[in-house]
Amino acid sequence: MNRRDFLRVTALGSVALLASPYISFAAANTDRRFIFIIQRGAADGLNTIIPYADPAYAKLRGELAIDVSQATKLDGMFALHPALVETAKMYTSGQALFAHAVASPYRERSHFDAQNVLETGGTIAYQLKDGWMNRLLTLLPPAQNEAIAFASSVPMALRGKNEVTSYATSNLPQAPDDLLMRVSQLYAEDAQLNKLWLAALEANNMSGDAQAKQGPASVGKLAASFLSKANGPRIAMIETGGWDTHSAQESRLDRQLKSLDTMIAAIREGLGDSWQKTTIVVATEFGRTAAVNGTGGTDHGTGSAAMILGGDVKGGRVIADWPGLGNSNLYQGRDLNPTTNLNTLFASVAGESFGLDANQVTKVLFPETANGKILQGLIKT
Amino acid sequence: MTLNIQMTNNAIAINRFGLGARADDGSIGDAKQWLLAQFDHYQAAPAAWANQAKSADLVAEYADKVKEMRKADDNTQNVVQTQNKDANPKNLFKREIRDDYQDAVSMRAASALNTPTPFVERLVHFWANHFAVSIEKPAVTELAGAFEVEAIRPNILGNFTDMLMAVEQHPAMLLYLDQAKSIGPNSIAATRFAERNPDKKRGLNENLAREILELHTVGVHGGYNQTDVTEFARALTGWSVGGLGQAAKKMRNAELTPITGANGFAFQPILHEPGSRNILGKTYAQQGKLQAETVLRDLAVNPATAQHIATKLARHFVSDTPPTSLIDKLSNSFLKTGGQLTQVYRALIEASEAWQPTPAKFKTPWEWLISCLRATGKQNLNGLKVAQIMNQLSQPIWKPGSPAGFDDTADTWAAPNALLRRIELAQRIANPLGDKVDARALIDKVLLGAVSEQTRTAITRAESATTGLALLLVSPEFLRR
Repeated sequence: MNRRDFLRVTALGSVALLASPYISFAAANTDRRFIFIIQRGAADGLNTIIPYADPAYAKLRGELAIDVSQATKLDGMFALHPALVETAKMYTSGQALFAHAVASPYRERSHFDAQNVLETGGTIAYQLKDGWMNRLLTLLPPAQNEAIAFASSVPMALRGKNEVTSYATSNLPQAPDDLLMRVSQLYAEDAQLNKLWLAALEANNMSGDAQAKQGPASVGKLAASFLSKANGPRIAMIETGGWDTHSAQESRLDRQLKSLDTMIAAIREGLGDSWQKTTIVVATEFGRTAAVNGTGGTDHGTGSAAMILGGDVKGGRVIADWPGLGNSNLYQGRDLNPTTNLNTLFASVAGESFGLDANQVTKVLFPETANGKILQGLIKT
Repeated sequence: MTLNIQMTNNAIAINRFGLGARADDGSIGDAKQWLLAQFDHYQAAPAAWANQAKSADLVAEYADKVKEMRKADDNTQNVVQTQNKDANPKNLFKREIRDDYQDAVSMRAASALNTPTPFVERLVHFWANHFAVSIEKPAVTELAGAFEVEAIRPNILGNFTDMLMAVEQHPAMLLYLDQAKSIGPNSIAATRFAERNPDKKRGLNENLAREILELHTVGVHGGYNQTDVTEFARALTGWSVGGLGQAAKKMRNAELTPITGANGFAFQPILHEPGSRNILGKTYAQQGKLQAETVLRDLAVNPATAQHIATKLARHFVSDTPPTSLIDKLSNSFLKTGGQLTQVYRALIEASEAWQPTPAKFKTPWEWLISCLRATGKQNLNGLKVAQIMNQLSQPIWKPGSPAGFDDTADTWAAPNALLRRIELAQRIANPLGDKVDARALIDKVLLGAVSEQTRTAITRAESATTGLALLLVSPEFLRR
C-alpha cells in the first residue's frame, strides 16, 4: 500500500476529515499564486535598491557604498545590487517592481517585536493574535483555502483559525504505513494532535518527488512544485534569515542576495506557465542605519525596501516617495525615513492579485491601520 | 490543551520539572523534597563534559588557525585549485570545527541522560537558551559548548548577577553579538586608526548592548530608549576577547595594558570610550571595565528584569500563558533576595500553580528527544549524532538563529511536519531495540499512571514490540509534560 492509497483507505474509515482537504486542492477555482518571502533580521534596503543619485548616499555608506557602475541602473535615482542577476532580468521584462522607503507601523528597533508587527499586521507587537496571511484566507473562495509554510513550524503571518500545513524535507527514514495508521488512531481523540497529524499526512503526500536538499534553488523548486499543482495550494510563505549584518556586511549581503535571487529564479522556472499568474512579495521587519557603523556593517534602522515580483506584476519601475538621506531628512537623525506603509503595499498587492476590494482587504488584513492611501495599478488584474 | 489526564505529584516532578523518567530509576519519595535535594547534589562539571576544551585555549588556537589560513590563502591566491577538496586546509578546518561542535552536543546529551539532578539540568538548558548564542559564526561554533560549561553551568544555583557577568564577558557572547569589534569613537584606537585611514570609519557596534537590555535583563518593555542603547554600547567598548578581534599588544603605558579575565575575556583600554555615561537615568562615572560592570549590576536587580525572568521561568515550567499570580511569586522572590536563583526556584516548587495535574506544556524537540533516550535507556542513536538529529527536528542545538533563543511555546513546536519527524525518529529509536524493551511494561514506568485507556490499548495491541515502543514515544501523554 503506498501513501496515497493509505490516505484514501483511512479517509473511508474512521478519520473522515482526511477526505475533504484532499478534495479542496483539486477544486481550486482560481489560478492566482501569492508568495510572501520574509527577510528575518532587518535587510538593508539601501544597499539592495541603491539610491545612487542621492547626494548623501556615498558619504553615509563610506566603505559600504556600492558604485553605480558595478550595479544595475534601474532609473535616474536607483540601482539594483549586482548579486540580483535574475531579479534584474525580471525588472527589464517588466516583472519586478520595487518599493522604497517602506516600513511597517512599528518604530522601535527590536527584531522580534518588529517581526510580530510585520506578520500579524497590527500596529504594536502582540496586539493581534493571528497573522495577516491567515486572515487573507478568509477573503478567498474556500477552494483556495490551503496555505503551506516551508518550515517545520508555522510562522506568525500564517497562524490563525484557518488551517495551514507546513512542510520541510527530512533525512530520516520514512515511518512504515502501519505505524502511520496506528498513530492516526492514537490521535483521533486528541483535537490538537489530530489536526496537526492530518495536515502532516496531506503535505507529505503532496511533496511527491520534490524531496531535495535545503539550498535556495531546492527550496524554490519545492515551493513551485506545490504551487504549480492543479489542486495545490495558492498561498505560500518562505522564511529567510541571516540579514542582520552588523559587521562584514559587504560579503554577507552579497551572499544573502545571491541566495534570494537563486530561490526566486527557481520558483519562476518551477512554476512554468503559472508564473504569469504569480505574485511574490519580499519584505523585512525594518531597515538598517543610513550610515555605516564602526564594524563594516549597519545597525538596526527603520525604512527599508520591498520587492514585488512575478509574471502578473506591472513592473519595471521603482515606486518611492523619496525622503532623502540628508541629515535633517533622516528618521531620528539616523535611519531612512519611511514614507510608505508596508501594510498599504501588502493590502494593495494582495487585493489586486486576487481581485478583491482594496478597502475590504485593508479592513480584514490590517484592521489597526488607519485608512491611508491605497496604491493602485501594481498587479495586472 | 485537550489532553484530559491527571498527573500525580511524582509524575509532575519527574516529567515536568525533570527531564523524564528512566526505566531503571527507583521511587523518588516526596516530590518536593526530591526537587529541593537536587540543589545539594548538582554537578557543575560532570564527567560527561570532561573532554570539553577551555575557551581560553580555544580562542588562542582559533586565532592561530585563522592566521595560518590567511597565509595559505595568500600563497595560493593565483593558483588554480584543482586538488582534492578534502585536502584543502580551509575545508579541513571547517570539518574540525563541525566535529568539535557535534562532540559538544553529544556531551550535552550525555550529561542530560546521566545526571543525578534532572531538575537542575533542565535549568541549565533553560538558562543556556535565555542567554542564547547562535553558531552561524565559525568562532561561536567552536565556543558554544565551552560557553555552556563555563558561563552557564557554574552559575545557575548562584546569583543572577554573577551569571549575567560571566555570560557577557564570555568570548562566545562577545563574538556572537559583535562586541569584540566595537570601538569607542573617541577611544585611543579610533583616533590612531583615523590618522592612518582617514577614509575608513571604525567605531561602535550596539548589538550586544541592545540584546542585553532587550533579551537578557529588563526586556523589550523595560523602559529604555535608543539613547540608552547607544550609551550602554559606549560603556561596553573595550570588552573584548584576548587574541581575537583587537590584537592584545603590550603597551608602554601600564594603564593601557589589556586586562585579561576568565575564559579568554580581555578588557582593552585603548578601545574604551572615555567619559561618563548616562543609562536609564543614572550617571556612570566609573572608568574602564568597571563602568559596564556597574551598569550590568544595576540591570541585574532592576524590577523589570525580575519580571522578565519570572515570566520566562513560569512559561517554561507551567504553561505557555502562565498565571500572573505565579509570575508575581517568582518575581517577588527574585527582588527580595536580589536575584538568588535557588530562592526563586524554591518559590516555583512551593507554588500551587506549578502542580496543576493536567500537562500544559508541549515538549520542545530537545526535551522530547532527551526524554525518549532516558525512557529507553539509550546512550546514543546507533551512529546518528544528537546534533544531526536535532537538525532534523528543527531545533539545532546552540543555533536558534537569533539571540532571542528558541521559542518556549507550543505554537512553534506543535506543527504538522514536526510531528511527522518525531514519528519517523521514534521508529528509528525503537527499531534496533526490537523486543529487548517491552513497551507495555514501560508505560507505567515512564508515564507514572498519567495515561489514557486509549493510549494503553493502542500500545498493547501494536503489531510488534517495535511499533508499540514507537507509539509510546509519540503518544499524546509522552509529547507533553
